[in-house]
Amino acid sequence: MDRPLTRNIQPNGSVTRLPEYLQTGGYEGLRKALADHSPQMVQQLVKDAGLRGRGGSGFPTGVKWNLVPLGDGAPAIRYLVVNGDEMEPGTFKDRYLLEGDPHQLLEGAAIAAYAIQASTAYIFLRGEYHEAAARLRDALAEARQAGYLGEHIGGSGFSLDLHLHTSAGRYICGEETALINSLEGRRATPRAKPPFPQIAGLWGKPTIVNNVETLCNLPHILRNGADWYRGLGRGEDGGTKLYGVSGRVKRPGLWELPIGTSAREIIEEHAGGMQEGYRLKGFLPGGASTDFLLPAHLDVAMDFGSVAKAGSRLGTGTLIVLDDRTCPVRMVLNLEQFFAQESCGWCTPCRDGLPWAATLLKDLVEGRGRREDLATLERLCGFLGPGNTFCALAPGAMEPLQSALKYFREDFENYLPPQALADAAAGSLLAAGGRHG
Amino acid sequence: MASIEVDGRRYPVTPGDNLLKACLELGLDLPYFCWHPALGAVGACRQCAVLQYQNAEDAKGRLVMACMTPVADGMRVSLQAAAAREFRAGIVELLMTNHPHDCPVCEEGGECHLQDMTEMTGHTARGYRGTKRTHRNQELGPFINHEMNRCIACYRCVRYYQDYCGGHDLQVFGAHNHVYFGRQEDGALDNEFSGNLVEVCPTGVFTDKTFSKHYTRKWDLQSAPSVCPHCALGCNTSPGERYGVLRRVVNRYHGEVNGYFLCDRGRFGYDFVNGAARLRQSRIRNQPPLGVKGLANLFGQIVRNARGLIGIGSPRASLEANFALRELVGPEHFFLGVADSVHAMLRNIANLLQYGPLRTASLREAEQADAVLVLGEDVSNTAPRLALALRQAVRAGQFAAADRLRIPRWQDAAVRTVGQGMTHPLFIASYAPTRLDDIAAGMLRGGPEAIASLALAVAGHLAETGAPGEAAAEPDLAGRIAAALLAAERPLIVCGTGCGSAAVVAAAGRIAAILAERRQGRPTAVHFALPECNSLGLALLGGGPLSAAFAAVEEGRADSVVVLENDLYRHAPKTAVDAFLARAVHSVVLDQVRHATADQAELALAASAYAESEGTWISSEGRAQRHFQVFAPAETIRPSWCWLAEAGALPWPDIDTVTAACAAALPAFSAIPAAAPAAGFRLAGRKIPRQPHRYSGRTAMLAQVSVHEPKQRVDQESALAFSMEGALGSHPPALNPFSWAPGWNSCQSVNQFQEEIGGHLAGGDPGVRLIEPAAVSNGPTAGSVATAAADAGSTGDSVTSVLVESQEEQAPNRWRFVPLHHVFGGDELSALAPAIAERAPAPFLAVSPEDAARAGLEAGQEVPVATQGAIFRLPIRILPGLASGLAGIPAGLPGLAWAEFEGGWWEYPP
Repeated sequence: MDRPLTRNIQPNGSVTRLPEYLQTGGYEGLRKALADHSPQMVQQLVKDAGLRGRGGSGFPTGVKWNLVPLGDGAPAIRYLVVNGDEMEPGTFKDRYLLEGDPHQLLEGAAIAAYAIQASTAYIFLRGEYHEAAARLRDALAEARQAGYLGEHIGGSGFSLDLHLHTSAGRYICGEETALINSLEGRRATPRAKPPFPQIAGLWGKPTIVNNVETLCNLPHILRNGADWYRGLGRGEDGGTKLYGVSGRVKRPGLWELPIGTSAREIIEEHAGGMQEGYRLKGFLPGGASTDFLLPAHLDVAMDFGSVAKAGSRLGTGTLIVLDDRTCPVRMVLNLEQFFAQESCGWCTPCRDGLPWAATLLKDLVEGRGRREDLATLERLCGFLGPGNTFCALAPGAMEPLQSALKYFREDFENYLPPQALADAAAGSLLAAGGRHG
Repeated sequence: MASIEVDGRRYPVTPGDNLLKACLELGLDLPYFCWHPALGAVGACRQCAVLQYQNAEDAKGRLVMACMTPVADGMRVSLQAAAAREFRAGIVELLMTNHPHDCPVCEEGGECHLQDMTEMTGHTARGYRGTKRTHRNQELGPFINHEMNRCIACYRCVRYYQDYCGGHDLQVFGAHNHVYFGRQEDGALDNEFSGNLVEVCPTGVFTDKTFSKHYTRKWDLQSAPSVCPHCALGCNTSPGERYGVLRRVVNRYHGEVNGYFLCDRGRFGYDFVNGAARLRQSRIRNQPPLGVKGLANLFGQIVRNARGLIGIGSPRASLEANFALRELVGPEHFFLGVADSVHAMLRNIANLLQYGPLRTASLREAEQADAVLVLGEDVSNTAPRLALALRQAVRAGQFAAADRLRIPRWQDAAVRTVGQGMTHPLFIASYAPTRLDDIAAGMLRGGPEAIASLALAVAGHLAETGAPGEAAAEPDLAGRIAAALLAAERPLIVCGTGCGSAAVVAAAGRIAAILAERRQGRPTAVHFALPECNSLGLALLGGGPLSAAFAAVEEGRADSVVVLENDLYRHAPKTAVDAFLARAVHSVVLDQVRHATADQAELALAASAYAESEGTWISSEGRAQRHFQVFAPAETIRPSWCWLAEAGALPWPDIDTVTAACAAALPAFSAIPAAAPAAGFRLAGRKIPRQPHRYSGRTAMLAQVSVHEPKQRVDQESALAFSMEGALGSHPPALNPFSWAPGWNSCQSVNQFQEEIGGHLAGGDPGVRLIEPAAVSNGPTAGSVATAAADAGSTGDSVTSVLVESQEEQAPNRWRFVPLHHVFGGDELSALAPAIAERAPAPFLAVSPEDAARAGLEAGQEVPVATQGAIFRLPIRILPGLASGLAGIPAGLPGLAWAEFEGGWWEYPP
């Protein structure tokens, strides 16, 4: 089985330096792009390959690039930004790629920059990724030294300045417009769209923001072609995907597999199944901001369309496994506290709604819950839904909560104090008296 | 005409507007927080959600934020659908989770947008049981209270302060529900427009600290339409009074002048009216006090027995008072109470405006300028609201960028994103750093001669045929300025009396004239900043210079003087004023405040302050505006025109008669009676109440004095009543004392009184412009301006001669005095308000760092500063950016009258 993304990554955690990278065909993709392809041809190739964004949204990469104005009359300055702000709980795929094979990203970034004719690019890296930062710095130096970055790359007319920027560490920086604000030195608050960054992004100039894993695919697409890439996937999507599993499985970890591999295969074969004495109760298929799926969904193909059909999202493709001895309510409380803290504070529903949800869950697990709180939580799930908030943070934060309320209702009700339970049994919805104050 | 359907009814709308503004304009109640007409929409608070339907069949609809949704023809929306109502109530519920519910002790209470919106959504019961987050409040200086716990995080404050005003020290810190709006550390807010935070904040986070010191609920304030007396721009205000104390000033919207915002001097300067410096009791030198009648008789005697009577007018007194004095003494014995240099500049400016191809831009028009040249004037300190308008003007470049991408201009954040770095050009020529430097496309830093030289060079480039400066490979600054002015659709020249140079004023006139010629006779927009609220009125009234008044007494042609609302020491050197007052046998001073001139007068008559009387001022825009009496002062205090009319037995029973007499006597003023409806005006037979309908305690207010209810005061002078009863709606804007509408108790209610939100007031913006350019079609030429300027004694030729002369005098141990203007402290009356005084600088003498190094001067070092008549000891302030060879004096600070220094040089070592 082809594992293009991770082929250079050593199990011992060491980094692939430039000479090793070149030995396995490194920078051939870039050379090919510059020598034989116009930017439009690169865009078409990537479109044909069916590459979809690996940051979570699954937007077709070639289509996104195509929105950048090129040619006469287009703004002279364009930017490429690498989104390496990997902060989704349970997600560690980009870190693996950056620490193991940094040149692969640099080559991918250079190809993307060429495709949109950007002569400046930034890697926006999660602040806590110290090792990745150090290895990227070394790789950048090597690449510049060897002429894979900088002026007239490979003797072509294309030049690229690629800079590394380490983030101050906010989850919201994963949102591309908040990332751009942060990169400009502003508060990491999402921007109003339109204009989309492709039209007016970094410093008001056309900008493409691509995820690390997305870009790492590019050298291989350039080298081996669109058909080869399409053939790697099992379902409608092309290529391979880094799938991760965390939780009480025998071998938590990360594997590069054909996109569309089933959750069952990932959990049971690659992660070795559940640890002794634990049963699978459910799983978040794509990181913390996706809806729970149940054991009944194990055969769902882990591609964008199939997971959506099952009622969740592929997201980052890193599964978080919930076992039968871990309380889903406390798990959701943990997540909501995270999201409440990571709200940027810009729009009301997210800023004030998430802390309320977290407070209610905390009250519940500490024995202060009321029957009506469950209704309030359900109401908040809709209230903080898509379209009602300024960006996707709060709707994402509501996904594990709304699905937990649906699938694990009993676990929530078990926390209600006896009186509330009795009231519940009696069918009284408004058990706890006065609400004024 | 496009139309939309709202809850089943069709309404006409303007396509492209945002839906929230459209709904509000239709009179529909839709709650909102983060949107503000002057700040645009950002979609942060999610309060204005409505249901939008896809088509005629769609029954479900989808929630959209009205402020972020452009209106389109045929659109179907619902404000009242249950889903929309529940969502809006839910937003308020969330906003209130951390709000302290301290309305009874909150100064915003009763005029709080958050209260209004909460009521409007119907949210009444609290579901949240958690603890509320709390913040530490900050000490933000003498103007503003800070109570962060009330904050609902609408982000208006920082958007206003940073984006609109260019301020830096109010920021948002933290994240999630701990966002904090404040300064990095305690300290006075630096920006001179910080006071508007009081009105921009939808709740009680930022409140008026001066108001706190004598707090009264909005519904207990008696108000009147008024005009700010603290500079020449004529911003409209609404001062409020209770128990004879002026409690506060709030903005009174004017579509052409101040819009939604005032400067801090205008908002917080009012306290001089209540202050210890007021002349409340008339005084007779060496004699016991007299009653009003006795005083009037005495004044009359002095007038009748005078062997030569002269009058000195005032740039801060009403036109009526100045006219009354002029009538009393006769036009040939009437002198303008301003420094001779200012007198000359005012005459020149009045000539340029009346006879040249110039048109004074209103502040709204200044906001729309697409190229600006500021010549010598530090507008942020002399005409602050104009500086705020110029800050918006450069932004128009962003709008052009947004237009190209079809982003609506009200999409504030999006416009700022796409327009980064795209500004319209603003050029500044000044001798000291200004607070607009951060938005300047080009700057000249040099003394007044250098500024005049630059202006002449610009004029020279403009006169060239072809594109200016195109011969040069790299156009110089003057070439760039000329090119920008020519390329612009709406160029604007800003100048004024502030840099004290007649040459600069004349050069500005020359640029404007040539520009008009190059633009096929289209008049050039200008704005001349002037020193005081009625400087232009005084200039149009006409009269001799102060030195001529002094000469008249010196030469024995007059033995008696009447000084109207004027401290002569601010306008002439001390020795000259001392000699003048000593020489005059009889001297009468009428004023609202005590000062050195009044203290020496034989008779000092207590005059009413602006909030205690009616009067007309002519703003620097040339707009005649009437301010009205807010409350009646003690009976010992009378309007100046009243004292003067009685002394001269002039047949004027009320102020309208004076206004009419002035209009009849002088063609320049023929339109002034139209500035506001006269006293006889009635709405359906009723007067307009100064007190809101919820005014409380009227019958009990003076019960500690007498239990008998006092008779309500009758106002003969205006169509306003000292009452809570009267005509309730459709007040003519010039007579609207306060802004209040059903369901809208806060200042946001003003949006109910405009033709279009953010546009002109329904019923017309108050005041009347007196000067419009002479018939444009005749194509006035530079020549005609030169003639006008020659009349004022400063043609371009004399500009050149001024230059040569002063350059010759330059020497290494001599520094030419220049005035440094200060928004706080530089204005006579507002400097008497304690909060303003606290922000005023201490006296100093400023030199540039280079000059200081060369002369071995250190910051803080006390140096002797000799003028013609006095010796000061001032600490050195090293002012980076001050042009070399200049010694900056903070003009007009108490005890530091500019007249003492004007035209002089500082020599060091002495």
